[in-house]
Amino acid sequence: MKRLNPLRQRLAALGLLAIPLLTFPMLGLPTGDWDGIPASFLYLFGVWAGIIVLAAGAAERRGD
Amino acid sequence: MLSAGLILLLSAAYMGLLFAVARFGDARADAGRSIISANVYALSLAVYCTSWTFYGSVGRATSGGLSFLTIYIGPTLMLLFGGVIVKMIRISKTQRITSIADFIASRYGKSQLLAGLVTVIAVIGVVPYIALQLKAVAASLDVLLQTSGRDLLPEPMLDSTLVIAALLALFTILFGTRHLDATERHEGMVAAIAFESVVKLVAFLAVGLFVTYGMFGGLSDLFQRAAAAPELARLLQLDSSRAGTWTALILVSALAIVFLPRQFQIIVVENVDESHLRRAVWLFPLYLVLINVFVLPLALGGLLHFPGQGVNPDTFVLTLPLARGAEALALLVFIGGLSAATSMVIVETIALSTMVCNDLVMPWLLRTRWRRVSERDDLSGILIGIRRVAIVVILLLGYIYFRAAGEAYALVGIGLISFAAVAQFAPAVFGGMYWKQGRRPGAVAGLLGGFVVWFYTLLLPSFARSGWIDKGFVEEGLWGVEALRAQALFGLSGLDEISHCLWWSLLVNIGLYVLVSLHSRPDALEAGQAESFVDVFRHGGRTRHARLWRGSASLDDLVGLLERFLGPLRARQRLGAFAAAQGVREWQALPANADFVRFAEAELSGAIGSASARVMVASVAREEPLGVGEVLDILDEATQVRAYSRELERKSRELEAATAELRAANASLRELDRMKDDFISTVTHELRTPLTSIRAFSEMLHQDPEIDLADRTRFLGIIVSEAERLTRLINQILDMAKLESGRAEWTTGCVDVGEVARETMESLGQIFRDKGVRLASEIPARGPVVLADRDRLTQVMINLLSNAVKFVPGETGRVMVRAGDDGREARVEVEDNGPGLTAEELPFVFEKFRQGGNTMTDKPQGTGLGLPISRQIIEYFGGNLWVESQPGAGAKFIFTVPLPAPQQ
Repeated sequence: MKRLNPLRQRLAALGLLAIPLLTFPMLGLPTGDWDGIPASFLYLFGVWAGIIVLAAGAAERRGD
Repeated sequence: MLSAGLILLLSAAYMGLLFAVARFGDARADAGRSIISANVYALSLAVYCTSWTFYGSVGRATSGGLSFLTIYIGPTLMLLFGGVIVKMIRISKTQRITSIADFIASRYGKSQLLAGLVTVIAVIGVVPYIALQLKAVAASLDVLLQTSGRDLLPEPMLDSTLVIAALLALFTILFGTRHLDATERHEGMVAAIAFESVVKLVAFLAVGLFVTYGMFGGLSDLFQRAAAAPELARLLQLDSSRAGTWTALILVSALAIVFLPRQFQIIVVENVDESHLRRAVWLFPLYLVLINVFVLPLALGGLLHFPGQGVNPDTFVLTLPLARGAEALALLVFIGGLSAATSMVIVETIALSTMVCNDLVMPWLLRTRWRRVSERDDLSGILIGIRRVAIVVILLLGYIYFRAAGEAYALVGIGLISFAAVAQFAPAVFGGMYWKQGRRPGAVAGLLGGFVVWFYTLLLPSFARSGWIDKGFVEEGLWGVEALRAQALFGLSGLDEISHCLWWSLLVNIGLYVLVSLHSRPDALEAGQAESFVDVFRHGGRTRHARLWRGSASLDDLVGLLERFLGPLRARQRLGAFAAAQGVREWQALPANADFVRFAEAELSGAIGSASARVMVASVAREEPLGVGEVLDILDEATQVRAYSRELERKSRELEAATAELRAANASLRELDRMKDDFISTVTHELRTPLTSIRAFSEMLHQDPEIDLADRTRFLGIIVSEAERLTRLINQILDMAKLESGRAEWTTGCVDVGEVARETMESLGQIFRDKGVRLASEIPARGPVVLADRDRLTQVMINLLSNAVKFVPGETGRVMVRAGDDGREARVEVEDNGPGLTAEELPFVFEKFRQGGNTMTDKPQGTGLGLPISRQIIEYFGGNLWVESQPGAGAKFIFTVPLPAPQQ
């Protein structure tokens, strides 16, 4: 059954997780800086890249 | 020194390279070895990154900090919900969809009106976006040429932006409409777009690294220097007061990644294999991350390097390397920017020109001048001509918008206007894919409403800002009505213009779509299309759809139609392929049945869109209309089959359960049967024992008359006692059978249990005395009175007492009888000091023919039926009979009988 595709479910779950992480008020949390680089910059790119890595892991997994 | 000639030469060389890539892609596709892999597909999606990304993001970052990222986070999120996109691709493949207008029109009953409306919205909506590309290329040329001190062309004679527009139009025409192949995918184009994506990424990363690490001391140095400047420090923090804008931009860009005509073209129409999406889901977002990493550093670098010099921040990527004399890098950046602009313009105008041709011009041509046009044998030439003109017109419109409003906005501002326009397609498309009730009038009303709001709150104000039209409606409201102020509609203020437009337009759009849909009825075609869109994964194959057509047609007419629109050569090819698939040797021998009509319509859809194709087929074939019910019945068949199979499953589960029950019942019957057999064999055994001994002694007396008197008397005594035992046994078996079958006779009355106990003890007193057993009792003078059969109760007492006396040792034996009540039931105990019962024996003493002691060695002392009968009797009175015992410590038999309920 196409509808119960586990990959789609995993990715959609990831998307649902990403929405609150990449919008306010969560975005307001990181303040200050780390080695001169602003925390907000690191947070945004870090979370974004993290989600992409997880998506890649799910999408490229064999055997689904 | 950069000269205009060098720049032109380089640009021309780059374009030549693109052509080569495209040619290569086309050649490979023709040879059947497609170069469109999952990676190429994912990279081609990066046509999303236009001049806006390349030049505009940096400009945006100088004023809004990190907020430029929303435009790229939205698509990342949208791709994670890839199921929606897969469904779109599947629908488009089944329905031979060629554009977003076709998609919406096809869903709502192949409506020409809707197709035209979507096309108009798409063209008007996307024109600012094309203007953005023109502006960016023009600005980048200006920057490069300023350094050389010369101009490309003498300014008063010709506007360089117009020249760029003309060149881009020419390029696109050469590139995308060499032949009429909307039915086929543009594999060469996709390959070229993917190539351009690599070029722009490399160029942008190069300038990013150069500025960050060449002009400054790396990321942290750049950020620290920015943090030191108060007006820049603001850009490093996320401003939570703009949370609403942030969310709105994510939403609008998430919608744009699917609904921009060029994105729909690349993601859906050009998709070769659904599984490619699997790669795109992460590779494309990764591309977005990479191309955005250096945007903020570049913006800060520009602001730090040119403080207050009025350098346009949109061109920092060029001005920064030029400021350091890195002319080669600047040229690379220019080529990167050029590739960003050309890829967007190529795909966007091809997608739009297909829509304009299929959904605006063709219907009009077919309607007004059909007779004249139909005289011509081959229309495919006209189709290509229309598309080429459309490309020129669209670019011209882009130029006009650039002249009208372009100067007043930064790049990103212009692009967002387009994003908000295409977001209007969302309700009709998503509704169409997941809501069967969505109807054509609803879609028309929603699209119109949303578009009007967009037009009034976003597009017109953009003209007003550049002074082309009066600003009155923005500042004071239309006709001076305060509530109608274009960017604070009904007093909704405090939002930026994009959020404001998005909020109102989507509210109106969704509201109208839902309300009007709920109040309209579909025709058969629309109902069928709604069904096959929403349930595409269930219906899938085209064979079923063929049955949705009924009527008569002639093969020649349909073939003529195909030849006219596809050109004779392609038409023959397609017919041959179809005939082969149907198992017919020559296409001339094909029957003009529903399958063939369906095939012809699908082929035409690929060339002129579903709405026009339907009109064309209807013009040569006589269709008998199907009712809504009939269409739905046909489509429902699959659903019904599923329902039946579910029903069948349920039935078989029930059957299984019933079988299991029957099996259990059968097992218990077998058990009962076995018990009956056991009973009979036990009974016969029990009967035979006394009979054998009677017979043996009788034979001895009969055969030997010389036995002395003493022996004779002893033998006769044994015979009498065995006969008595036999009689007792038979009586008890009969008694037992009566009790078990419920035929026993009972005379129920008030019985004093204590009295029964005393009487029984008296009548059995002699047996106790003979054996020397002490019999004692604790019984109240007037015992508990119960409702029971006196004789039966006596029988139980006799049984228990004779059992007790049997098992206690002679002389030292003691038996104790107690009677009493606890207010609810009468309780009688018979306790002895015999050998007691082992734990193994306890469960069996109430079974039939179980004898106490070892039956193998000892002579049986009873019938083995006394206790089972007693238990039956007590249970008949509603009481219990049980035994408590420890080996070596005697046994205590207890029975209870409930006291009668007190009289009210």
